[in-house]
Amino acid sequence: MARHAHKEKLIHGLFLLNGLLVVFLLAGIFAVLVKTSIPAFREIPLGQFLFSSVWNPTATFTKPSYGILAMLVSTFMVSVGALAIAIPIGVGAAAYLSDVANRHVREIAKPIVEILAGIPSVVIGFLGIVLVGPMIARIFGLPNGLNALNGAILLAVMALPTIVSLSEDALKSVPRSFQEASLALGATHWQTLVKVKIPAALSGIIAACMLGMGRAVGETMTVLMATGCSIKMPASFLDSVQTMTATIAIELGEVPYNTTHYYALFGIGLVLFIITFFVNMASDIILHKYQRVMK
Amino acid sequence: MAPRYARVMAMAFAAFLAASIAMAADEMVQIKGSDTLINMVQRLAEVYMEKRPSTAIAVTGGGSGTGIAALINRKCDIANASRTIKPKEVMDANSKGVDPKRIVVAIDALSIVTNTSNPVKKLTIAQIGKIYKGEITNWKEVGGNDARIALYGRQSNSGTYDFMKEVVMEGEYSPSLKSMNGNAQIVEAIKQDATGIGYVGVGYARDAAGSVNVVKVAKDHSAGYFGPFNVADVKSGRYPITRPLNQYVNGAPSGAAKRFLMFELSDEGQSIVEKEGFFPVPDEYRKYNESTLGSSLGFPADNPESRDPNEGAG
Repeated sequence: MARHAHKEKLIHGLFLLNGLLVVFLLAGIFAVLVKTSIPAFREIPLGQFLFSSVWNPTATFTKPSYGILAMLVSTFMVSVGALAIAIPIGVGAAAYLSDVANRHVREIAKPIVEILAGIPSVVIGFLGIVLVGPMIARIFGLPNGLNALNGAILLAVMALPTIVSLSEDALKSVPRSFQEASLALGATHWQTLVKVKIPAALSGIIAACMLGMGRAVGETMTVLMATGCSIKMPASFLDSVQTMTATIAIELGEVPYNTTHYYALFGIGLVLFIITFFVNMASDIILHKYQRVMK
Repeated sequence: MAPRYARVMAMAFAAFLAASIAMAADEMVQIKGSDTLINMVQRLAEVYMEKRPSTAIAVTGGGSGTGIAALINRKCDIANASRTIKPKEVMDANSKGVDPKRIVVAIDALSIVTNTSNPVKKLTIAQIGKIYKGEITNWKEVGGNDARIALYGRQSNSGTYDFMKEVVMEGEYSPSLKSMNGNAQIVEAIKQDATGIGYVGVGYARDAAGSVNVVKVAKDHSAGYFGPFNVADVKSGRYPITRPLNQYVNGAPSGAAKRFLMFELSDEGQSIVEKEGFFPVPDEYRKYNESTLGSSLGFPADNPESRDPNEGAG
């Protein structure tokens, strides 16, 4: 008996340790980012960092400039564009899987959607260069297809599994009584789905989309390969863009340590961290609200 | 299920460990850096490893800056660099007890490429500089069609990016520059983009000749226009954008790294350099290399015209 109690305690402690470790890691990463980016702001005015669109830290003929606005806009364009594509498709696919498809189709289709999440981002980026890019160039009559739209399409593909899978879970956890009541009142399947089930699962679906967005904001390799990497302020979705993640990936490899440029890259990392943190937190809050309502 | 999974993982891990130990038992040379040199050095390494299977040579890219940074941080034995080391990097290296020594392994004639449909077949250095600085933005300003110029270049970790900026443009890049991952990606982009201009190592231009247009370049308006493929034009400097391709080592090279460097500079190594589309090391640099290596390389059968060792060194 006593031995069991000890074992129980031990396991409790172990799990507590694991939980604390995750919190500690998060706090640690945040602390490192803040600590390493603070020196940057001693030399770069915060106004220039956030609101200038000229990023040229390696300038030798002019004064180096550290403005991230163009990258911030690029990241925003690419990820919001990705959501605009992925949400209708993702929610549609989720509705199909939860309400239309029969069990056999669902059992095959859902794992397939989830496998999509396992495709390495570098492979998706490659498809962006050889497949999506030339297609965009042909459709819009452009000289090249390496632009924000290309990145948005690829990120949409990458965000789809999250959106489909979590939205389907949300739709499935709508109590059966909702559906039965709606059908009993004479509503059609379509009306039940659109007017009852999707609104009831809305917070779960929104949370799924936010998580998809978190993925899109942080994605690096795909956008690095497919968006053309031009640091100019983009004027449209057909311009080449360079996201914040791509800038860090390109420049951190060769930047001399402990220079303003080095610290500024961590500053970009900090901005990214704050964005994804708030996106994830928002999705979490929405999800909790939804779970409470459902209970 | 779970224990079986764990066992499979353990076996895979053990196999991986064994493989790494087997690799470590051999002489290992880590080479890292310039994307311009990577194919050539990879080929040299393959031929060398066939002759000497006990030596394992790993060649990876990342850009000249990345390679030199790796050398400074003792993460590689040889750093490939398509530019010369910067004073700042030397200082950084010295402060970490690393003494970078330069070996010149080949000569590159940096090639300017455009789409085959582009009627502009020749440019001056000044025009190329202005195009990349964003001072010339339309092809009609250099005798072409009325179309905006799409600039393709490399990322800032590339030695070629720096070489263009410091030596050819003598100014900052236009922010419209599309930063590509490597030479091959620039070639692919130029094949598709009728309004594009790009720069690649001569080895890549030679491979792509026919599917892209390799521009003839003149020093200035009064000089003639020359292409990058002719040995004589490159050696004499009539083709104006040439540069040595370098490898940096920490201190006087020794052991496996030295043997590989000697092979690269041997007649056989240099013929591979030529097969990969680049130009062999001229006499002046051979002497320079001998003093770095502390060994005689012998002299090549044909005696190339003399050439200033620091021309185009950036």
